[in-house]
Amino acid sequence: MNNTEKLKVQAIAEIDSASDLSQLDLIRVDYLGKKGQLTQQLKQLGKLPAEERPQAGQVINLAKVAVQNAIDARKTLLENERLKEIIEKGRLDVTLPGRGNKRAGLHPITLTLERIESLFQQIGFDVAEGPEVEDDYHNFEALNIPEHHPARAMHDTFYFPDGRLLRTHTSSVQIRVMQNDKPPFRFIAPGRVYRCDSDMTHTPMFHQVEGLIVDESVTFADLKGMLVDFLEIFFEKELQIRFRPSYFPFTEPSAEVDIMGERGWLEVLGCGMVHPNVLKNVGVDPEKYTGLAFGMGVERLAMLYYGVDDLRMFFDNDLRFLKQFH
Amino acid sequence: MKFSEKWLREFVNPDVNTETLMHQLTMAGLEVDGIEPACPAFDGLVVAEVKTVSKHPDADKLQICEVDCGDKALLTIVCGAANVRQGMRTVLAKVGASLPGMGELKPVSLKGVTSTGMLCSAKEIGLGDDHEGIMDLSVDEPVGKPLTEVIDSDDNIIEISLTPNRGDCLSIMGIAREVAVFNQVDFSVPEVRKSDVTASTSRNVKLSAVSACPKYLGRVIENVDTTVKSPLWLTEKLRRSGIRSINIAVDITNFVMLEFGQPMHAFDNDVLRGEIEVRLPKSGEKIKLLDESEIDLKPDTLLITDESGPIAMAGVMGGFESAVSTTTQNIFLESAFFAPKQISGEARQYGLHTDSSHRFERGVDPELQSKAIERATELVLQICGGQAGPVVEALSVDELPKNKEVILRKAQIKRILGIELDEQFVTDTFTNLGMSCNYDNNQWNTVASSHRFDINIEVDLIEELARIYSYDAIPVSAPSNKLKMRVSNEYHETIKRIREVLVNRDYHEVITYSFIDPNLNKLLNNKNNLLLSNPIAPELSEMRTSLLPGLLNTLQYNIKRQQERLRIFETGLVFNNEEDLKQESHVAGLIHGNINEKQWDKDNISSDFYDIKNDVEAFILASFDVDDIKMETSESSILHPGQAVDVYVRGKNAGCFGRLHPKICVDLDLPDNVYLFEFNIKRILKQKKTHYKRISKFPSVKRDVSIVIDEKILLEDVLRCARNAGTDLLTNLELFDVYQGEGIEKGKKSLALGLTFQATSSTLKDEEVEAIMEKVVDGLNNNFGAKLRE
Repeated sequence: MNNTEKLKVQAIAEIDSASDLSQLDLIRVDYLGKKGQLTQQLKQLGKLPAEERPQAGQVINLAKVAVQNAIDARKTLLENERLKEIIEKGRLDVTLPGRGNKRAGLHPITLTLERIESLFQQIGFDVAEGPEVEDDYHNFEALNIPEHHPARAMHDTFYFPDGRLLRTHTSSVQIRVMQNDKPPFRFIAPGRVYRCDSDMTHTPMFHQVEGLIVDESVTFADLKGMLVDFLEIFFEKELQIRFRPSYFPFTEPSAEVDIMGERGWLEVLGCGMVHPNVLKNVGVDPEKYTGLAFGMGVERLAMLYYGVDDLRMFFDNDLRFLKQFH
Repeated sequence: MKFSEKWLREFVNPDVNTETLMHQLTMAGLEVDGIEPACPAFDGLVVAEVKTVSKHPDADKLQICEVDCGDKALLTIVCGAANVRQGMRTVLAKVGASLPGMGELKPVSLKGVTSTGMLCSAKEIGLGDDHEGIMDLSVDEPVGKPLTEVIDSDDNIIEISLTPNRGDCLSIMGIAREVAVFNQVDFSVPEVRKSDVTASTSRNVKLSAVSACPKYLGRVIENVDTTVKSPLWLTEKLRRSGIRSINIAVDITNFVMLEFGQPMHAFDNDVLRGEIEVRLPKSGEKIKLLDESEIDLKPDTLLITDESGPIAMAGVMGGFESAVSTTTQNIFLESAFFAPKQISGEARQYGLHTDSSHRFERGVDPELQSKAIERATELVLQICGGQAGPVVEALSVDELPKNKEVILRKAQIKRILGIELDEQFVTDTFTNLGMSCNYDNNQWNTVASSHRFDINIEVDLIEELARIYSYDAIPVSAPSNKLKMRVSNEYHETIKRIREVLVNRDYHEVITYSFIDPNLNKLLNNKNNLLLSNPIAPELSEMRTSLLPGLLNTLQYNIKRQQERLRIFETGLVFNNEEDLKQESHVAGLIHGNINEKQWDKDNISSDFYDIKNDVEAFILASFDVDDIKMETSESSILHPGQAVDVYVRGKNAGCFGRLHPKICVDLDLPDNVYLFEFNIKRILKQKKTHYKRISKFPSVKRDVSIVIDEKILLEDVLRCARNAGTDLLTNLELFDVYQGEGIEKGKKSLALGLTFQATSSTLKDEEVEAIMEKVVDGLNNNFGAKLRE
């Protein structure tokens, strides 16, 4: 059966030179298909004498297996080559920027407010808000700052012709919340405040967070502990902190809190125990409840945290400034 | 307040260095603001005697002096001062001395005569601003003595900022008292000798407003030499306290004020007429004050008057006519107690703020007046000579503040401070602070001394204890709380969500002032505006009624800084002064420029109406059912009439969006492709709770249809019509193309709609879908004359 061997050699030669899968498939059909050359040979076995058939059959089958193997091997080779080619074609400069819309950022004051809020919310503080155009009673009178009190001079208040004013601190929210509810209280009041003052270190509008706890057993020691925690977590480091006697008409005792900066002590917070007159003004019994209160300037904290050295940047809204915050 | 460290140490001198002293003051609540050396370095400055004075041969205004400065030879000095005279002792700057701002002194030739040094005025050596002539030192100062020793230059000027409750520390005596307590040492006050009464002249004093002025002491001193220059020790103490030397009478009263805290006033007695009366103004009264301002008096202003009218605004400033000058021979000294309530606010009403009003409005010790007037008398007699008349005192004891009795219950210390304090410590502290105190039955009964009028109630005592114990020594603890969950606040959640959506869509948050330029507010045609009475500038004088002006300002600012693309938003209150003032929380945004930042592979076209609409939909649609929201053409004057939409949420106007009106672009010199939105946050609080709809297991069928209709027909109407005809089986309806142009009749447009049908209980058959499609097309045809596009 010289012919079979010839066919096999011829088939394998064709297979090895096949350049793609479709060509390879044509070769497969040509030799191994229903009407393929090797298949035809099997079909002609019947013409041989019976005693020769088994051996001839075996030879043909072996040739078929050999051809099939060659096809499989070539197929794998061609597939690998094709994949390689796809991959080569797909090589990109992966350092080109991603496509589409970018994400912008919140204002650094909002980011700072959110940090402050989330820290106090962790320990059960609510967030309260109030009007920015206030009346004298909520901004001053109820906070133990009667008319003509020298402390009013420190506030540089913006007034409207009808006697209303722009709140000079968010402490006014204290009064509104406490008037409308019953103790215990535990909330912070973030927001815009206004003072009639404008220079390198003052803008006529800025932000404050005022905080308050009124409960049956809060003390000055609690106030200290909470604020030390707050400052160290906020600034993400251990700090040298001092509490120094000060004066606010609505707290007694009152303290100013300083942290040690690169160039000495920096004032960051005011705080104290709520003055009994303030509690009485909102109908809370100072013999039953005590309160702690604190207030902080958000711009001051944001400047220290982000290293911003010019307060006025916060309100210029220069895109080149805003784009730095995420 | 500024003061000299040396002066303080004359009263109390604890064994602590300057740095510790400053720390103590700060931790006592008297915050140290700064410290500076009292004097420049005085190298090469000595006391010298002028031996001879002769005229310069070639210069009219110069004199040639022979000066003895303790060296062997006399020095020749050329001097231009008018007051140089033979025998005077003054300050010589030797060759080699360095004077402030002048550098090293060298011999100079002045019109042919060489001057080997310089005789100095106070200003030239940095001791104030007296440049009238060279310094006139006491003849007792030894020649050759270094100036550093003469004026005790080794001193510091310490500046403290005092809180309004600590009026008692507005004097050397007051600060000394605090320092003494903190160091547990004694402090001494200069002994004040009562001067002999050697003249009989006096002036009656009548108190006609006793609650405002319950105590007034007056005294005449006759034959006073007011031409005397204030001695150096006096002017130096004043200078180191930040007070300028005026004349001897004023300097003495200022000195006593600094020393004890009692503001005083000296009048020219010869100008006064008759009795002194402390009273409120009569209608139409005016006064000309020392600073020469003429003031129409308000009815509640307390006055010192004589028979001719007002001679001083009590506790604030003296009158011009009765001021002491160098021609004054007889003076009338005033030492009074004015009630803080009366003085506070009074000076400010007239835009005045004086050392006197500053102290009276904070409170002056009501027991200080007699001591102060004796101290001033003593100094006047000593420096200016003269004879003192009797002190006339007008007093209304009932109106004078009383020393208050305050009780401290022991348990309250722990309740407020969180710590227990040793009983002995408490008693000692009160005693050291000058209070009388006894401890009985777990409570301290205290009486505050007259200078601590700020101590009124129990917590005031607790604060004093904490202060002396040191705030820093109080341990820290943590407040405790009952753990309790709370409902989250829908308003805060909404603001957070909107911010998040906008930031993710490349909007930068801005914060602009709540007061804006009235001209910008006018753009909105809003008449309910709120104007500030005392704005900081005209362009920051009106409360915003919308956030848009602030955003437009920000756009202008950034365009000027070469920014070509801006996407910004703000949240905050706006103020509408309707019947009641409404302060409502808004969110507003602005976009300008290309859709994306410059990119290498994207069609980067300019943003338009549909971009801002998409952003608006992003934060509104998700919160509501489609039927809750209606968009209608807006009449807003700030928006382009053809690209303006009002959004109604459940029937209420919630806000608007669109393109900036071309007229405003021109008025504000802005580009024409600016798009805006503004919403009232309370109107778009999230309302919709997601209700899951089961997903059908059966296959869906999609059909597309293109129709041609009149171009004026709104898509919204087309969709509504299709949805109605499509029945519940129409699960999705989308527009995927809008076309006008070739192949479409003018005035018409082609819309391509994609419809998806699906049933929940069976697979839809083609016939069913075709039947519905037919209804949809018929509906569109009947309602809008829609034709299928060929």
